[in-house]
Amino acid sequence: MSKLLVEERNLVIPGQEVATGIDYLPSVGTAREGENIIATRVGLLTLKGRVLKVIPLRGKYIPKVGDTVIGRISDVGMSGWRVNIGWAFVASLRLAEASERFIPRDADLTNYFDVGEYVACKITRTTVSRYIDVTAKGPGLRKLDTGRIIKCDSSKVPRIIGKKGSMISMLKEASDCRIMVGQNGIVWISGQDSDKELLVEKTIRLIEERSHEHGLTDVVSKYLEDNKQNG
Amino acid sequence: MAKAFKRNDGRKVDEMRPMEAKLGVVKSAEGSAMFKAGKTIAIAAVRGPREVVPAHKQRADRGLLRCTYDLLSFSVNDRKRPGPSRRSSEIGMVIENALLPAMDLSDWPYTSVDLYVYITQADAGTRCAGINAAALALADAGIPMKELVSAVAVGKVDGQVIVDIDKHEEDQGEFPTDIPVAMMPNSGKVTLLQLDGKITKDELNSALKLAEKSCKEIQEVQKQAIRAKYVSKEESK
Repeated sequence: MSKLLVEERNLVIPGQEVATGIDYLPSVGTAREGENIIATRVGLLTLKGRVLKVIPLRGKYIPKVGDTVIGRISDVGMSGWRVNIGWAFVASLRLAEASERFIPRDADLTNYFDVGEYVACKITRTTVSRYIDVTAKGPGLRKLDTGRIIKCDSSKVPRIIGKKGSMISMLKEASDCRIMVGQNGIVWISGQDSDKELLVEKTIRLIEERSHEHGLTDVVSKYLEDNKQNG
Repeated sequence: MAKAFKRNDGRKVDEMRPMEAKLGVVKSAEGSAMFKAGKTIAIAAVRGPREVVPAHKQRADRGLLRCTYDLLSFSVNDRKRPGPSRRSSEIGMVIENALLPAMDLSDWPYTSVDLYVYITQADAGTRCAGINAAALALADAGIPMKELVSAVAVGKVDGQVIVDIDKHEEDQGEFPTDIPVAMMPNSGKVTLLQLDGKITKDELNSALKLAEKSCKEIQEVQKQAIRAKYVSKEESK
């Protein structure tokens, strides 16, 4: 008889039995141990149909094809760039993927992206995990030359964005800043003055700290409301 | 009849020292934890998964777990000369081997998870406290694990099998026997078993039974520490 042993959206701990029986299927953060399904990571349990998954509360960003990330140029080569996206290995940004415009053969590549600059890019290919290709061509993908960069835990990104972008659009509206959240947890904020940028940063820290709580949107909207009046 | 066995600090033979565990003690690390058993305090921090340097140690089929263990120079009565020693590198290897059976790093080839275990205060049972802290730090870092590994040192002092030996007991009697045990208590798998001294087969069996019971208690403390990090905020609202 298959049974769920832990309620959905509850905290699970590695080794904890979350379901028994063969009707449930293990997915990310869970594994089958004989009859039972156990959690293998600390996180919140979710159930989609018959598939059990653990949403991790902490952990390093793992690159996935199609993710939009914000990376830091770590090296300029002969025919491309190396981009640090927060994973164990750097991604490569090839010449053909760098710009919509034509880049001449003998161009100085530092004119496009220089070491230390941040770029919004999209992951196009990964091998088992060592080689990662990114592109900077596409809507919204470009060099980020103004504003500030803050680093969050990548597992908090879904909460920062919110359901269908509800949280992030609330933030944008309240602060009048341009915000871009990379799936790797790097956030770019650009506003008219630094006070507004700081408000965004503080709000994101609040979201990060209380990301596992219910009713977070209300907490954040109240926080923004309070700080707007003060400012 | 022999005099009834009495422990130095008045504990029962199957009673452990008071334990305490806390997550997130090293803010800059991906995961970290402190584990305290009586006067022994261990701090563990996890970095990674990250690129393996030197590159010739990279493995194409799996990630590595690399553990550094050391006593801080002020952790023992006589100052410990800082830096790695034969003892510390062996215990690092032992901790690594005790944790690996619970882990699966095959998803992250070419990388390593670097684990740093440091003892800030030593009162025997440091490798066990180190393993307990390390298991928590790995969980905190989001490294997949089948179960939290728990460890305790059992032993024989003056002919009596006891659990969680402290420094006083380690030096007590003529031939004290020290048996550090690490296990995954739910599945009952032993991942570390060392023996220093002499013991009979029956005594070893009863010592291992004690260790299993104690490891279950330790795992509860570990679980509680993880819950405390996330649930307390919600309840205090």
